[in-house]
Amino acid sequence: MNSSRCAACRHLRRRCPSDCIFSPYFPSHDSKRFRCVHKIYGASNVAKMLQELPADRRAEAADSLYYEAYCRLKDPVYGCVGTITILCQQIHNAQCQLATTQAEIASLSAHSGLQNQYPATPTFNLIDQYDVASANWSDFNLQ
Amino acid sequence: MGGGPCASCKLLRRRCSKDCVFAPYFPPDEPHKFAMVHKVFGASNVSKMLQEVPVHQRADAVSSLVYEANARMRDPVYGCVGAISYLQNEISRLQMQLAVAEAEVLVCMDQMQMPQPQSDHEKCLLSASSDNVSLCDFQNYRSFNNHHTIQDPLKRESIWY
Repeated sequence: MNSSRCAACRHLRRRCPSDCIFSPYFPSHDSKRFRCVHKIYGASNVAKMLQELPADRRAEAADSLYYEAYCRLKDPVYGCVGTITILCQQIHNAQCQLATTQAEIASLSAHSGLQNQYPATPTFNLIDQYDVASANWSDFNLQ
Repeated sequence: MGGGPCASCKLLRRRCSKDCVFAPYFPPDEPHKFAMVHKVFGASNVSKMLQEVPVHQRADAVSSLVYEANARMRDPVYGCVGAISYLQNEISRLQMQLAVAEAEVLVCMDQMQMPQPQSDHEKCLLSASSDNVSLCDFQNYRSFNNHHTIQDPLKRESIWY
C-alpha cells in the first residue's frame, strides 16, 4: 500500500486516492520534487493551481512550478527573477555587439563599394517587457 | 503603526503588530501586491521566506516574489518560465546572427585583402556572453527541464522548444 502512494501523499502522510491531483506529476521515486514545491507554495496552493488548469496543461505547470521553487530555494532573494535579469543583460550585450559588428560591416562595405547583403537587425527593446524594476503592479486586476 | 494596518494584516484581518514582518514591504495603499503573493505562495510561506533572508535583502526578495506571483497569475501554466524560455531562445537567435555577421566581416576583409583579425577578437565577438554574468547550471531552464520533466501522455508539444 505504501509503495503506491505518490510523493505528495507520502510527504503529507495520507492515503493516496485514485484521483489524487498530485500523483501524475509527483511520482513516488522523486520526493525532492514535491518537497521543493511544498516548501515554496504549500501543498494546498499547488493543488488549487493544478485543479484550475485543464488536465493536458498540468504536467507543464507542475514542471514550471518545480523549476521556480528550485530556483527560489537556491536563491532565496531573487529566485528565478535573477535568471530573467541575467538573460535580459545578456540580450542587451548581444544586441550591442551585433550593432557594433553590423556597423563594421557597413563601414567595410562603404570602403570597398560592396553592397551590404545583411540588413541591420531591428533592435527593439525586448527587455523592457521583462523589466522587474518598472513593472506596474496596479494594472493587474485580481479576481 | 501610525498609518494603520499593513496590506497583509488588513487582508488577513488581524492586528498589525509593530514588528510585523510584512509591514515594511506591503503598505496599505498597495493591497494588490500582497493579495497576489498570498494567492500564489500563501502568507505563511511568504513570512517564512522573508524571515530566512537578511533584513537588508528583504525588499528585493519581496519585489521578486511579487514579480513571480504576477507572472504566475497572468500565465498559470508557465509563470516566469515562459519569459525565461523566450529570453533563452532570443539569446540563441542573437548569437547566431552575431556569428553570421562576424563571418561577413571576415569575408569583407578577405575581399579587401585586409589582414585577418586576431583570433581572440574573433572569439570575443562570437561569444555574446563572454563579458556577462553567466547562468548557473540550475538557472538554464532547457537543461533543467531535460533532467526533470514528467512524462505525461496528455502533454502536448511544448512551446519551450
